[in-house]
Amino acid sequence: MSTDPRYLAMDLLRFTTAGSVDDGKSTLIGRLLYDSKAIFEDQLEAIERATEQRGEDHLNLSLLTDGLRAEREQGITIDVAYRYFATPRRKFIIADTPGHIQYTRNMVTGASTANLAIVLVDARKGVVEQTCRHSFIAALLRIQHLVVAVNKMDLVDWSEDRFNEIVRQYKDFASRLEIPDIRFIPISALHGDNVVDGSANMPWYRGGSLLYTLETVYIGSDLNHVDARFPVQTVIRPNRDEHHDFRGFAGRIAGGVFKPGDEVLALPSGRTSRIKSLSGPSGPLTEAFAPMSIVMTLEDEIDISRGDQIARPNNAPQQTQDIEAMVCWFSDKRLQPGGRYLVRHTTREAKCAVKTVRYKVDINTLHRVPGDSDIGMNDIGRVHLRTAVPLFCDTYARNRATGSFILVDEFSHATLAAGMIVGTSAAERPESGLLEMGGL
Amino acid sequence: MSSYHLTHLAQLEHEAIFVMREVAAQFERPALLFSGGKDSIVMVRLAQKAFAPARLPFPLLHVDTGHNFPETIAFRDHLVESLGCRLIVRRVEDSIRVGRAQEEKGPNPSRNALQTVTLLDAIEEFRFDACLGGARRDEEKARAKERFFSHRDEFGQWDPKNQRPELWNLFNGRKHPGEHFRVFPLSNWTEMDVWQYIAQEQLEIPSIYFSHRRRAVRRQGVLLADTPFITLLEGEAFEELTVRFRTVGDATCTGAVESTASTLEEIIQEVASARVTERGARADDRRSETAMEDRKKAGYF
Repeated sequence: MSTDPRYLAMDLLRFTTAGSVDDGKSTLIGRLLYDSKAIFEDQLEAIERATEQRGEDHLNLSLLTDGLRAEREQGITIDVAYRYFATPRRKFIIADTPGHIQYTRNMVTGASTANLAIVLVDARKGVVEQTCRHSFIAALLRIQHLVVAVNKMDLVDWSEDRFNEIVRQYKDFASRLEIPDIRFIPISALHGDNVVDGSANMPWYRGGSLLYTLETVYIGSDLNHVDARFPVQTVIRPNRDEHHDFRGFAGRIAGGVFKPGDEVLALPSGRTSRIKSLSGPSGPLTEAFAPMSIVMTLEDEIDISRGDQIARPNNAPQQTQDIEAMVCWFSDKRLQPGGRYLVRHTTREAKCAVKTVRYKVDINTLHRVPGDSDIGMNDIGRVHLRTAVPLFCDTYARNRATGSFILVDEFSHATLAAGMIVGTSAAERPESGLLEMGGL
Repeated sequence: MSSYHLTHLAQLEHEAIFVMREVAAQFERPALLFSGGKDSIVMVRLAQKAFAPARLPFPLLHVDTGHNFPETIAFRDHLVESLGCRLIVRRVEDSIRVGRAQEEKGPNPSRNALQTVTLLDAIEEFRFDACLGGARRDEEKARAKERFFSHRDEFGQWDPKNQRPELWNLFNGRKHPGEHFRVFPLSNWTEMDVWQYIAQEQLEIPSIYFSHRRRAVRRQGVLLADTPFITLLEGEAFEELTVRFRTVGDATCTGAVESTASTLEEIIQEVASARVTERGARADDRRSETAMEDRKKAGYF
């Protein structure tokens, strides 16, 4: 059975969209979906019916993404919505995050798996507080590619000067963020200029359209293929005669490359062995890399179970009970300094305590607020965590998978916070000053 | 670095396998919800791959509406036999008989919503703490907000306004006794991905997905097949048409589409040029603007 080779060769880009209220985000997503034929007639009819019933004049494309009753009633987006579309080059997953309510929580969630973020700027208003906030979160979550879409260019007479001014404003501010790849595109989501096709109204813009950029941005180096990391999810032991001695470690590779014959180190035991075999969804593999789900067997019988990690003897993760991290708080129940939580990191779960809140981040000014340890819903802060057992981790900047964790409430089981590991030293940090992304 | 590259379909496959293994690791008594439809067939294949060379570490659970296409049931039994896995069937019929559920009235009484009763009863009976389902976010707007690990309270209800944030690949499956999770490994797949995967893996699927001749009636834009469960209204008549099904569910509300696609290749071409979603032919979703959300809150799949 053959299938369309082009479809099977497509890769995947996950991106998130952020913008303030009324900046045209829904219109932009609606247009991307509509022009790539990802909106179907029955969906369009349903929106038309709903728009009419509401007595609204213009087709309300936000009804496409605001799927919940409460959202439609209140005309707001409550939660991250995932949307899908494909072009012949790529398949796309959009994490569409709301602009106002529980903003940080939702954007952090959407950004955690994204390769790219689109930040919308209203050409009339330029760079505003929200723009900075969105960009800061994208940088904090280590999104490698950022597209600043300057929207509503039709309302500023397609002015190149205005566009350049916004680019300057943005670059001024973004010099403090560590985002390796920032692009600027002047668009009109309403009229379609530079969204899918180019723009006859802005001949001075020589770059690609937004869709072209999404289709061609190089994301091959976004994952860590250097440091071999394999957190064990579960052990596969078939109770069948033909596989009597089989003991395979199943999991998803979090970084680096593994090959049969490689010498590996198991943590926490510290024992070493060699890889006997690797297999993936379609059978034996000669090499395996992130983010593949595999089964690994070893030459020697070593005690390894869920939560353990397999790495290389000459390149092991940090083993530590003292974690320095940035946390984004997601719960109405405020962070309790000294409070006990469960931490979930790779496949490992442990009890932990927040020893110290070092500072809170004012996400509007990007300043540290030292001495402020009051972390509540949607706040971001720097903490020192002490865990009951060692975690095997890297910094988030080095590896998103082994550098991230969530905090869970021991009693309600709610997910309270997302954390990004900055380091393992519990050393005191400077108590004031402007936030440097490098020092996060 | 180009050798360290996975196609999007491979990425989705690795992701789904990761999620299934997470379920096996985090829960004590999971089950895989199996309808005989294409998504659950893909789920079974992924589960096989996730735990090979061991057998599936959970049973299949089929909530049988009794309004079946016979082809689906024959296919189900054949698949279960070839896999050597355990199948649990619980019937809506029985829920009605013991008075736990009440049959709808009208010309095409659907047992679609009644499945929720039977499903929740089965979850209680077997004390399942996680049910793997093949639902996808691209299917429907309420599902676009769904998590991979979707928490259900002790009444099986979904609270869409109060979902746990889900970040990176960290899934929080903790719960109180009596609560359970629905887990959706195919969340990020689209209808097209499912068909491409079926083609790539050369999976067998029930014959009703392929073009065939069938008597059907047009009702409110949906083509309903001639089954013992449907009553003609005045002015309606069955026509003999060349059709196939895009989804397989309760025969009273699963609409057929006119199609000559008789191979996977042709189906894929048809899906690529389709201008209506696959659920566009589902009468159950057409009942109101938020029909799916309302059913899901009550504990539906």
